[in-house]
Amino acid sequence: MRIGIACPYSWDVPGGVQSHIRDLAEALIDKGHDVSVIAPADDDKPLPGYVVPTGAAIPVPYNGSVARLSFGPLSLNRVRRWLRDGNFDVLHAHEPTVPSLSLLACWAASGPIVATVHTAMPKSRVLLATQGVMRSALEKIDGRIAVSEAARTTLVQHLGGDAVLIPNGVATHRYRDATPLPGWPGEGAAIGFLGRMDEPRKGLAVLLRAFEVLAPRRPGLRLLIAGPGDPADARAKLPAALRDRVHFLGEVSEEQKVQALHSVDIFCSPNTGGESFGIVTAEAMAAGAAIVASDLDAFRMVLRGGTAGELFRNGDAADLARVAGALLDDPGRRAELSVAAVDAVRAYDWSVVAREVLSVYETVVLGRKATVGVAT
Amino acid sequence: MTLFYVALVILVVVVMAVYVSWRAGRLDRLHHRTDGARTALDLALVRRSSGAYELASSGLLDPATSLLLEDAVRRTKENGSQRAVFDRELAESDLTRALRAAFTQPEFRQSLKDNDGAEELVIAVEAAARQVFLARKFYNDIVARTLEARRRPLVRVFRLAGHAAQPVFFEMDDVLTDE
Repeated sequence: MRIGIACPYSWDVPGGVQSHIRDLAEALIDKGHDVSVIAPADDDKPLPGYVVPTGAAIPVPYNGSVARLSFGPLSLNRVRRWLRDGNFDVLHAHEPTVPSLSLLACWAASGPIVATVHTAMPKSRVLLATQGVMRSALEKIDGRIAVSEAARTTLVQHLGGDAVLIPNGVATHRYRDATPLPGWPGEGAAIGFLGRMDEPRKGLAVLLRAFEVLAPRRPGLRLLIAGPGDPADARAKLPAALRDRVHFLGEVSEEQKVQALHSVDIFCSPNTGGESFGIVTAEAMAAGAAIVASDLDAFRMVLRGGTAGELFRNGDAADLARVAGALLDDPGRRAELSVAAVDAVRAYDWSVVAREVLSVYETVVLGRKATVGVAT
Repeated sequence: MTLFYVALVILVVVVMAVYVSWRAGRLDRLHHRTDGARTALDLALVRRSSGAYELASSGLLDPATSLLLEDAVRRTKENGSQRAVFDRELAESDLTRALRAAFTQPEFRQSLKDNDGAEELVIAVEAAARQVFLARKFYNDIVARTLEARRRPLVRVFRLAGHAAQPVFFEMDDVLTDE
């Protein structure tokens, strides 16, 4: 298939939507499809061959913050030219409610259109979506995809109709191999945590209490914590003697994250709630970490009921200490879990997700005779 | 003799009273003019918002630019008058920035020529924005003079400002073109 994908946000800036599009495009290309991504990007920066840049995005206030977007007559002309030259079988617009290339593409195109909604829309934006230019652009969409239940709910409630739920994939190949951070896991064992330190539902407090139980009897045991937040707050929760056995990486880059996942013997997901899928846990599984996670439904599901990683009672630090302690003493079990995790996470790989997206493309193409063109 | 001194004291008191009441009247007039200037500024801002909305919903611009402007206009209207001044300043500045980003797009001016009526709408917004610039300058000028008057010792000793609220400057980004 010839697939045209429109990205609303600057390709040079890291972000969830951009990496979703990158991983999807690469998975589709792997399957032998012809993919072209139009995105705001500087023409003079190195870009993957499948990206068509429309020039640097303009910082502009939108929805209460400053976003880097592409709009205006020049961008519209470039989108039109891309549609004409691409001769796509299907157009896939991401976040079509953002005033940027995706909206322009929906507006300018005729033919089969698929749209993916990433974030739950605030009510005020929904109101705009139901009137004027937005409406005529959105009405052309043949198939709608939502990446989360929250995004799907707002879409269905406010705009009517329905959307298929296809969650984000995990680019498992990016996580498989990495050299551990220098000096890790070290002489004793190491436990890893990744997430916002100051978000209570990420459960760092539970892990710190369990560490307090585990650490005195295991003199070499250390904690490796990656994620935004104030280390001083986290450190203050521990007895003074243990404080220098916790290492903070702060906010990490994509590469550092993979390295960190390979630097620990156990990866802990102590979340107390709010996880719909547990992308971080899935990434740790792809890195082959032995996982200890709270028994939230989301974790129970990705960890196959506890066979691909150990579960402990949600919020119970003593239970976490017991489960993690047993695992620290049993390298054989850790190796088993690591193999099982790598195997289990395959179900969430982008190649699987891309297949689902492809079936959406095939379905919308079925009902249309023409390929994608420029609306007149 | 004493009668003369009594008369003198009475005269001095009367002169002072007249002077103080004249100063109070002057301050009162300043406050009133502040209110007037504020009304003018509010009207200019509303006119600019409406112009921007009319342009955004005209269907003569590309949909992304339209949506950006609609969003910025909507934010200036949120919660009406109960908004904190700071939020209002921020929303109005954001509208300026959105208009500036839209109007300085490459090929923006040329593209207007193809759509009948688009140029007039843009000119109307620019005129309204110019009026905002002027109204805000005049308002801040009178606020500065009022604040200066309120700081005078006589005004403070006799509490001549009474219950009139202390006026505040209106700070925003109101320059539409980078000239």
